[in-house]
Amino acid sequence: MADFNANIPEGELTVKWTKLRSSMPLVNPANKRSIEIVVVGSGLAGASAAATLAEMGYKVKCFCFQDSPRRAHSIAAQGGINAAKNYQNDGDSVYRLFYDTIKGGDYRAREANVHRLAEVSANIIDQCVAQGVPLAREYGGLLDNRSFGGTQVQRTFYAAGQTGQQLLLGAYSALERQIGMGKVEMFTRHEMLEVVKIEGKARGIIARNLITGELERHFGHAVLLGTGGYGNVFYLSTNAMGSNVTAAWKAHKKGAFFGNPCFTQIHPTCIPVSGDHQSKLTLMSESLRNDGRIWVPKKKDDQRKATDIPEDERDYYLERRYPAFGNLVPRDVASRAAKERCDAGYGVGVSKLAVYLDFKANTERYGRIEASVHNIHNPDKETCMRLGRDVIKEKYGNLFDMYKQITGEDPYDLPMRIYPAVHYTMGGLWVDYNLMTTVPGLYALGEANFSDHGANRLGASALMQGLADGYFVIPYTIGSYISKELATKAIPLDHPAFVEAEASVKAILDKFISIKGSKSVDFFHKKLGKIMWEKCGMARNAKGLSEAIVEIQQLRKEFWSDLRVPGSIDEFNPELEKAGRVADFIELGELMCIDALNRNESCGGHFREEYQTEEGEALRDDENYAYVSAWEYKDDVKFELHKEELKFENIKIAQRSYK
Amino acid sequence: MSTGNMNLTLKIWRQKNNKAKGNLVDYKISEISPDMSFLEMFDVLNEQLINKGEEPVVFDHDCREGICGACSMYINGRPHGPKEGITTCQLHMRSFKDGDTIVVEPWRAKAFPVIKDLTVDRTAFDRIIAAGGFISVNTGNAQDANALPIPKFQADLAFEAAACIGCGACVATCKNASAMLFTSAKISQLALLPQGQPERYRRVQSMVAQMDAEGFGNCTNTGACEAECPKGISLENIARMNRDFYSAKFVSEEEV
Repeated sequence: MADFNANIPEGELTVKWTKLRSSMPLVNPANKRSIEIVVVGSGLAGASAAATLAEMGYKVKCFCFQDSPRRAHSIAAQGGINAAKNYQNDGDSVYRLFYDTIKGGDYRAREANVHRLAEVSANIIDQCVAQGVPLAREYGGLLDNRSFGGTQVQRTFYAAGQTGQQLLLGAYSALERQIGMGKVEMFTRHEMLEVVKIEGKARGIIARNLITGELERHFGHAVLLGTGGYGNVFYLSTNAMGSNVTAAWKAHKKGAFFGNPCFTQIHPTCIPVSGDHQSKLTLMSESLRNDGRIWVPKKKDDQRKATDIPEDERDYYLERRYPAFGNLVPRDVASRAAKERCDAGYGVGVSKLAVYLDFKANTERYGRIEASVHNIHNPDKETCMRLGRDVIKEKYGNLFDMYKQITGEDPYDLPMRIYPAVHYTMGGLWVDYNLMTTVPGLYALGEANFSDHGANRLGASALMQGLADGYFVIPYTIGSYISKELATKAIPLDHPAFVEAEASVKAILDKFISIKGSKSVDFFHKKLGKIMWEKCGMARNAKGLSEAIVEIQQLRKEFWSDLRVPGSIDEFNPELEKAGRVADFIELGELMCIDALNRNESCGGHFREEYQTEEGEALRDDENYAYVSAWEYKDDVKFELHKEELKFENIKIAQRSYK
Repeated sequence: MSTGNMNLTLKIWRQKNNKAKGNLVDYKISEISPDMSFLEMFDVLNEQLINKGEEPVVFDHDCREGICGACSMYINGRPHGPKEGITTCQLHMRSFKDGDTIVVEPWRAKAFPVIKDLTVDRTAFDRIIAAGGFISVNTGNAQDANALPIPKFQADLAFEAAACIGCGACVATCKNASAMLFTSAKISQLALLPQGQPERYRRVQSMVAQMDAEGFGNCTNTGACEAECPKGISLENIARMNRDFYSAKFVSEEEV
């Protein structure tokens, strides 16, 4: 079995990282110049890692499947990024961010990793501002903050509803600077299709040039995957169309364990599905829950227009069930509560699979404040609404416009209709404290790894983790591996391992084309998505999961015998790209169901109907399941479970309550 | 669930690769729902083509929520179609009528060569950024973020310039295929911020030089770029860039 040790440094929680960082072996500048590092993915984690490693002197090659590193899906993150700056003087601290994250993750994350994340969070904001990232400011010129779910402090930094875009463009600028200086060689429209292993260590990749179809061999002393999450296994998700698990799955099949695959985040506030043609779902930022109140009618199947339903006939169910956190409960809790109301028959809209997100009360409140600022005394309701609307527009204008574009309804007049949708995957490649997978020299960063969010990620923590891993963790931790690799010369690309890896990739591509069946890739993808959403989605049970496993195995057989991919492998062929990704999603889907079936408890985003409290809350089983499930790939789509026990030495593990 | 009843004629640019000669090809498509996005209509078309054993239309797209900047269709003579302030992926079929004929072409500019069908090569934009669209600060060198207060209006202006998604609609719509709106947006963002001052004049000279080297045209102030920009990037940025560019000749002792 591969090395399966979390390598958490000894010592007090608060000094683990500082001590490790100062005792980490260094690599001298002359040696760095001869060390080559392959970075796959150019989102927050990949771009920040590639730029920083190049600044340090390593020779970096960076790959992305998009036409530019600036298009990585990190760009779509809307709401914000957390940091324990305590700029608002509301009692925030590194410990509190650490605590909130562990609790938010329902006690299924590693203490040491999460504490490190909280420690470096403040450096991220400093770094981004220094790069010229235009985060939101107050009139005094200082940075502004807002609240996100699962916390009672204001620690979220933002740039209107485009925080991910601005942070990614910051990392992209840093990356382009290194490209301009020749320190990073960038390969756009390239997709990684295999990890090359030599004597047990990751030594490079096989990548396909998506324009010419040519397969390329690239050597690296180490390989870093910052390739994002696998939410598209559900077909419909808030992920970009190209987001995929392929790089991570190839790594998994080469020996990297997959951690907590069933931990999926269903985001509570997305625009509902409108029809069978739907190709993706659009998120409405969680930041809207700062100012929006969520409700459904008290009467079942109420046909009235939302604005015609009087106050006392509305059920603000989050405020009712969770008075302490109200509309700002964590995502998993908010999603399940919406599902519960809709399943009970109180849903709204044509499909009845939606709830209202209403800004009226806060629009009026803001209007009253504005009126006072403008010396308007005793303003009437209309004046308040008019003035308040401008405030709402400044805060969320782009989101409101986006909503109107998609639904054809104006959210300034009518409340938004929202429903939960797949958004993020907490699971990912298992990594140790140094972000190394179980394959030596192969690392996973950002959403591609499993490490920091446990069973549920708090809002505004994904950007934080991606940049923490890329800017502040990997540049240090990679030293402990590289320092032992100085004698390794660049391995020639005609090494049998490269030849063999390329041949295996080509065989798969040829196979896709040669099936010449009757169904398109999307047909299989949609079918897989439906199985996953219905049986491994917001609520799961043993019966459904067992059925899903059989159905997915059947689907896999059908896929490999009845797939139709037009065109050839030596040209620009997006259908061929999709085929490879869906083939991997089908195998991953099965593993997700196996993992969900194995975990006989409810925690965070993983809700097993058999395990709930009388009030319908998630019921954990800390005695038997306080572990990370790390799955090892065995031949022929079989998996073996390994367990990493989670030890909570600094936090008292408790029933998670937001009441 | 909505079922569609729109019938449309599409005239789509098909081109096998960057060496082949392209042409407009007619396609009939039916049962389109007004709730579909424009790209979902293309998904339906491609599914039909695949089932008929034909090659699907290749087009760039990714996030499908108007932020990644990948989608790039020239629809009825306008980049991103008939509506203002949105990208192709945010365009919905309710903006069209039953029976319409829709012409779809790729971005056309010397610096954006066609790769296949509706996909073009926009890496020239990356090279313009690599020439100077950054602040030279290595990781780990930053001071506390609040040690540098920035007036809100200035930060807001920088943010507005930074909203550019690099889609290239400005180039596609410009009769000169000029990239001045794109280039000036990045130059402005950084010139408006105190962090951007040390490299301000060096930056404008290198980025403009790269822009010219890529083969983009000049600006003749028609303003089409601003009108078609899905993110509302203002022409004022071009004025600011020009001001800095000429100032650099006088103010800066640095030769770039």
